[in-house]
Amino acid sequence: MHTVIGHPEATEALSLSEVERIKADFEILEHQVNGTDLVYLDSGATSQKPRCVYEAEQHYYENANSAVHRGAHSLAVEATDIFEQARETVAKFIGARSNELVWTSNATEALNLISYSMSNASLGRGGDEAQRFRLGAGDEILVTELEHHANLIPWQELAFRTGATLRYVPVDEQGALRYEMLDELINSRTKLVAFTHVSNVLGTITDVARFVSAAKAVGALTVLDGCQSVPHMPIDVKSLDVDFMAFSGHKMLGPTGIGALYGRAELLDAMPPFLTGGSMITVVDMEHAEFLPSPQRFEAGTQRVAQAHGLATAASYLDEVGMDRIASWEEHLGAMLFEGLSNIEGVRVFGPSDIARIGTVPFEVIGVHPHDVGQYLDSRGIAVRVGHHCAQPLHRALGVSATTRASTYLYNTEQDITALIEAVASVREYFGV
Amino acid sequence: MNELDQLYQQVILDHAKRRIGSPLVDPAAGELHGESHQHNPICGDQIRVRVAVGENDHFTAMSWEGDGCSISMASASVLSEMLPELTKDEFLDKLEVFREMMRSRGAMVPDEEVLEDAAAFVGVSKFPARVKCAMLAWVAAEAAMLGASA
Repeated sequence: MHTVIGHPEATEALSLSEVERIKADFEILEHQVNGTDLVYLDSGATSQKPRCVYEAEQHYYENANSAVHRGAHSLAVEATDIFEQARETVAKFIGARSNELVWTSNATEALNLISYSMSNASLGRGGDEAQRFRLGAGDEILVTELEHHANLIPWQELAFRTGATLRYVPVDEQGALRYEMLDELINSRTKLVAFTHVSNVLGTITDVARFVSAAKAVGALTVLDGCQSVPHMPIDVKSLDVDFMAFSGHKMLGPTGIGALYGRAELLDAMPPFLTGGSMITVVDMEHAEFLPSPQRFEAGTQRVAQAHGLATAASYLDEVGMDRIASWEEHLGAMLFEGLSNIEGVRVFGPSDIARIGTVPFEVIGVHPHDVGQYLDSRGIAVRVGHHCAQPLHRALGVSATTRASTYLYNTEQDITALIEAVASVREYFGV
Repeated sequence: MNELDQLYQQVILDHAKRRIGSPLVDPAAGELHGESHQHNPICGDQIRVRVAVGENDHFTAMSWEGDGCSISMASASVLSEMLPELTKDEFLDKLEVFREMMRSRGAMVPDEEVLEDAAAFVGVSKFPARVKCAMLAWVAAEAAMLGASA
């Protein structure tokens, strides 16, 4: 096994028999698609769920369903316990404290929450303590050219609403971030730096420390998009030292409809809320309202209890397997993918080869459009993602409008990778290229 | 024929390579012409179609440029071959038949007299995710026709 920067400690990857045992926990992976065994290589879009996750949701609905943080009856108490226990489990999974984890519908909502809370602060909400969230003309927001649209458009919109300027760290023609430009791009005008931990297209891992130290030097807030990192590698937000991190549940074996925002407690307690309404207040009169501290101040309305419980069950499942071992296994699969696809004549693999990456590899089959590649692979039971993967600017920088992306998870076997490589090798022949 | 081979019939793969009607041709001075740019945000496929209309509402030419999958590019090529034979009304009739076929989920037996080479796209209708690919050039041609001016 080769070692990769970012996983400094050599960890034993999962054994082949362990992977088979894990795979057996996923009912859907036993299915046949188009008359052949399903090979699921689209976990970057959404992961499959082990039985324990949806059984946890079912158990909640059968035994404890009721509204949380209100009502005095026994079920309400039990539901509240389950909900808050889930928060504790997921917070611990990323190295955070419970009051630093806000439930959201998904990562997109988590990022919009920051964007709109900062808007509200910029309009004067939140008093003196919200000063550091205020933006105006002359201030700068920095993103990168790697970003998923979910970590780009909320900042474009925030810039429009506040008069701030949006700038970005470009990538080179391989898709590597141009870190050498950070010193110029992060300056005294920079108020917020939002960047991805792992590129959802290239799978490459960002040097977080470099962004954080530059941002801290000028007092800018940092927002990390953890959608592609939290599911695939051990994460400790305190050692990453970011101010905020967004991630989604459905990409880490959890249910759809649940995501989370991590924020340093002192920041969350000082930030004005985004969604307002029930369950996030202390005193309300007809003219105004006082808000609860975090996380409740950001959780207006009826909460996603079953989903939170399902996500906590997913996090426990991942913990039990061991995130460091999952990372090692996926590093192995990713290396197999990268090498296997690169060796096929007429196939071009995207992304720098000298930057650590998770098991995500985008490629093109020269002369065959990605949609046709995806269709052909589907006929052989192989699920991959095709298109721009919600990252049009990055694709433009790479000089293509679409790519085909294979992405792994802990349940993928070496046979899955071999099946993909064999199928990709016959694409050009099928299309007569 | 399996479903994949029905989707990618030889006539479609041939048209995807030949790209009849591409690239764009400048309209002649004073000629009635229209242009439309259509984009499929799901996959990023895009096409720009230009049509010219002559006497008695007869199309005289269709040209296009685009970037997309074999289905969308082949569909534009097939339409470019068909269109200059047609009047506006004949085109709208064929568009209706083509659209009905695309929505049929493989149930419709295409009338080759009406649809000519476009009948080959019947296999696409079994793949709902690809129907937009086949429709893109037709929708663009319709919009170009409706917006035509001298």
